[in-house]
Amino acid sequence: MSHLIAAPTLYGLMAEFETPTELVHAAKAAYAEGYREMDAYSPFPIEEASEAIGFHKTRVPLIVLMGGILGGLSGYGLQYWINVIAYPLNIGGKPFHSWPAFIVPTFEMTILFAGLSGVFGMFALNGLPQPYHPVFHVDRFSAVTRDRFFLCVEASDPKFDLVGTQQFMQGLKPLSISEVPH
Amino acid sequence: MAGVEERNVALLDEPPVLGPGQTFDSVTDTITDIVLKRPIGLGWLAGLAIGMGLLGVLLMAVSYLFLRGVGIWGINIPVGWGFAIINFVWWIGIGHAGTLISAILLLFKQTWRNSINRFAEAMTLFAVACAGMFPLLHMGRPWLGYWMFPYPNSMGVWPQFRSPLVWDVFAVSTYATISAVFWFVGLVPDLATMREQATNPFARKLYGALSLGWRGSARHWTRYEALYILLAGISTPLVLSVHTVVSFDFAVAIVPGWHTTIFPPYFVAGAIYSGFAMVLVLAIPIRKFYGLEDMITMRHLQNSAKIMLATGLIVGYGYFFETFVALYSGSTYERFMIHNRWFGPYAVFYWALIVLNILIPQVLWSPKIRANTAWLFFISLVVLVGMWLERFVIIVTSLHRDYLPSSWGHYVATRWDWATYAGTIGLFTAAIFLFIRIMPAISIFEIRMLLPQAEVKE
Repeated sequence: MSHLIAAPTLYGLMAEFETPTELVHAAKAAYAEGYREMDAYSPFPIEEASEAIGFHKTRVPLIVLMGGILGGLSGYGLQYWINVIAYPLNIGGKPFHSWPAFIVPTFEMTILFAGLSGVFGMFALNGLPQPYHPVFHVDRFSAVTRDRFFLCVEASDPKFDLVGTQQFMQGLKPLSISEVPH
Repeated sequence: MAGVEERNVALLDEPPVLGPGQTFDSVTDTITDIVLKRPIGLGWLAGLAIGMGLLGVLLMAVSYLFLRGVGIWGINIPVGWGFAIINFVWWIGIGHAGTLISAILLLFKQTWRNSINRFAEAMTLFAVACAGMFPLLHMGRPWLGYWMFPYPNSMGVWPQFRSPLVWDVFAVSTYATISAVFWFVGLVPDLATMREQATNPFARKLYGALSLGWRGSARHWTRYEALYILLAGISTPLVLSVHTVVSFDFAVAIVPGWHTTIFPPYFVAGAIYSGFAMVLVLAIPIRKFYGLEDMITMRHLQNSAKIMLATGLIVGYGYFFETFVALYSGSTYERFMIHNRWFGPYAVFYWALIVLNILIPQVLWSPKIRANTAWLFFISLVVLVGMWLERFVIIVTSLHRDYLPSSWGHYVATRWDWATYAGTIGLFTAAIFLFIRIMPAISIFEIRMLLPQAEVKE
């Protein structure tokens, strides 16, 4: 918890912008300046903003794939086990292992597991639900769900320095700069 | 960039997806004010009262059903399916348009979908809820409904996976689950907007809890978008599979008129057909009474009408080929089935279906009609009735006279059949009216993305 030593009461500094373009430019500038521990906040997804803060890859697709494979295998395995091992029933002389008939539930289980693991995985990776987060201390931040764009450089960044970072942020011409307490 | 300009020129004669002069503020306010600021009007109360009244009818019908059993319905041998399965297929079909709009149109980058996907998905959920009730009630002992699922039990028995009816359990329950999570995931950023916009402390707490503490972080958005597109990707085959599996309930049986390979595509097209009709039936009054003409524009209504026209023609092709194959096959039973449909005791339903489902909707070829909301509303109602009749004709005419004339019969719905059907319409209506006043009926963050201001300039 190195940031506690650096600035025990500060989570970071937050700059407010009016347009997505300004946010992306600011994030790029901050990245070029050497800041890494930061996040951009916006009322809708901006692909360029996450690129600018250096966040490129997400593991969500992998989780969906794993969930799908697990769902498909368990769906097929369940049917095989039930119809061949646990409860073999002769239905019109059809083989116990009637694989074409097993395709539909296998497919549905693949989709079900892929979808649910994706949803739970996405929320888990995002650390949601998270009722408390320091950024909500900034009053102006409520506009992030409306029409404002924010860049928060976190105090945990090794390059973070209250005065220096504030000066850097002023150079970005934001609407406002706020200190984000813990 | 030349491509974009050319496309814009081509679109000039089409109405815009979004009215002019909108800002991030204005779209946020327009959508959230419906829930947070607008006083409760008499019209809304009246609509909710009708829905709740019919819901009361449903409760009565279901209570009496539990008391007396399915004998209160018109079903008997040979017509054992009757209204329960007609309504099941009808409702689940209606749900399909919601998934088509939210998933398939997203994959095809049809941005016009952004203003209608939210309530279309809600429509899907409520329609699937109505649909799901019918097979349960039809079982006679609905409290044993969980027997359909494979679970270890002291009886030592397991479901029989060679039956399409078991496939249906998997298809419909997966569809309901995935539709629900897709809808909820889409709502989370908007619930955060509602949390910040609400002034009532209870509303703030409620939306705050439901929004899971969403804060619009770029990292979150990236994962969110990745998941959203994947959910769309898996929902697309899912929605096509659901009505395909529903059609297997028929096609795998050997009953004349059911045992045909054209059923899956023709059922899916019919589902989308009736689903878009329901989208229009909901969208036309909603945009008018809540002043959303700038977000649900004529473009949406016209595109929906075009999809209806296209899927209606596929359905017409299905009817044609059903008839052709029956005659061409030389099978006595198949030929009798068509003869019986055309001239038998239920012929009036068949011809009504042709008029309502195939003939009347052809007026949608006219751009003037597609631009007239009253006409669109009327045709949508016609299609909804027509698609209901289609399921009635498929189920009842095939079952009531199959191979053995000695076991022919006749099916007449009782008042309890009608009460249950009307009751689910009440459940659907009440749910839609409540939804409009509790949740943002249009996806706010996706509308923001349509604004020119949302573009990042170099």
